[in-house]
Amino acid sequence: MSAHDALRLERLAIGELAGVDLTLAPGEILCLSGASGSGKSRLLRAVADLEPHGGEAWLGELAQSATPAHEWRARVMLVPAESHWWADRVGEHLAGAEPADLEALGFMPEVLDWQVSRLSSGEKQRLALLRAVGREPAALLLDEPTANLDEATTRRVEAWLTAWIRARGWPTLWVAHDPAQIERVADRHRRILDGRLEEREEGAWT
Amino acid sequence: MDVIELAWWQLALAALLVVALAGCSVVARLGMARSLLVAAARTVIQLALVGLVLEVLFAASRLHWVALMALGMLLIAGREVMARQQRRLLGGWAFGIGTVAMFLSSFTVTVLTLTVIIGPEPWYRPQYAIPLLGMMLGNTMTGVALALDRLTDTAWRQRAVIENRLMLGQRWQEAVGDIRREAMRSGLMPTINAMAAAGVVSLPGMMTGQILAGSPPALAVKYQILVMFTITLGTGFGTLAAVAAGSRRLFDGRERLRLDRLATPRG
Repeated sequence: MSAHDALRLERLAIGELAGVDLTLAPGEILCLSGASGSGKSRLLRAVADLEPHGGEAWLGELAQSATPAHEWRARVMLVPAESHWWADRVGEHLAGAEPADLEALGFMPEVLDWQVSRLSSGEKQRLALLRAVGREPAALLLDEPTANLDEATTRRVEAWLTAWIRARGWPTLWVAHDPAQIERVADRHRRILDGRLEEREEGAWT
Repeated sequence: MDVIELAWWQLALAALLVVALAGCSVVARLGMARSLLVAAARTVIQLALVGLVLEVLFAASRLHWVALMALGMLLIAGREVMARQQRRLLGGWAFGIGTVAMFLSSFTVTVLTLTVIIGPEPWYRPQYAIPLLGMMLGNTMTGVALALDRLTDTAWRQRAVIENRLMLGQRWQEAVGDIRREAMRSGLMPTINAMAAAGVVSLPGMMTGQILAGSPPALAVKYQILVMFTITLGTGFGTLAAVAAGSRRLFDGRERLRLDRLATPRG
């Protein structure tokens, strides 16, 4: 797996969105905002190749359409707003989770023995991030990763995520609503307006 | 040992009792009278017709007539499999997958049983071929229909789980693995139950019929065991093929879950 690759979208088209061109440098976080229903989540799904779409996506020299779909998704990993779990116990989904990461997200190591059914939505969201990061992707697509979290936990998750992203050099598309969060984590900010991606100047989105 | 002749007026006596049951249902306002009488009438008409067909078929005993009858049975079974699915695959795939799966398993096992195990002369002798194929198709049809229905319905309900597994980089086979196992289980469960209960809870219909027709019980038992094994083989391989093909069809070439290939249930 080649580390530190850029993520490039080339005339990507899905639904209302047409011809999205975007390049994310290694380790760069691009925040994506827009009204609900504007197509943020669908854009992420297109980048992860979960829906039929137009255009092409590149990870370094690797073209989406030339890579087996499961290998592409293992590298360009989408973490949806609502996570889903298939086995009974948390640990079955999180093979080899580091205690340090669990602690950083506010969990004791015992969480691995918990039943998935007893997790709250906030706990599920944090563990889903850990589940995705633990699989060592090469790029991240985050769909409102802190939607179900309180203020203090949000800060904690942001710090943990950005540390991972910078250390591993993952280009990251981060869908966010909260202007304060965008200010904290984003290197760049784009807003979806009328089916187009609009560049936002820092501090100009109030 | 001869079979006691059954006259039509004796059947009429039994029919009268069914009518009496329907009458009771009307009196008690249970609303079952109509469907009961329709089903009873269908039994009489369908079986009388198939009796006529079998009489002609047995008299002729020609391979192409037997093959034509088998083809007709297969197509009706395929239609039945399709009709029993709530969220069937669109574009003829529900019919196609079900029919091909039943053809591959039922026909292969029936021909194998006839040529290698029972060995009538000629091998397609309709007295053996048609009842054997009928039992195979009837059971395989149930298994395939249950399995495909479970497969598509569960995939629909658990679409978010399947997609989340895909997002984590799993192959489609892995992402749908639990659902495939569940579908296989529901397809094979009736057959496994029937084998487990045979002779203890229920006396299988074919054996009962053979004994009534004067066969020694020991021979009837041997035939029943043979038939149960062939039914298991037919249902098992048929369900296996249908689940494999059906689950593949739920995904496209890019391993995306394509629930737009399923029909929405009526009503």
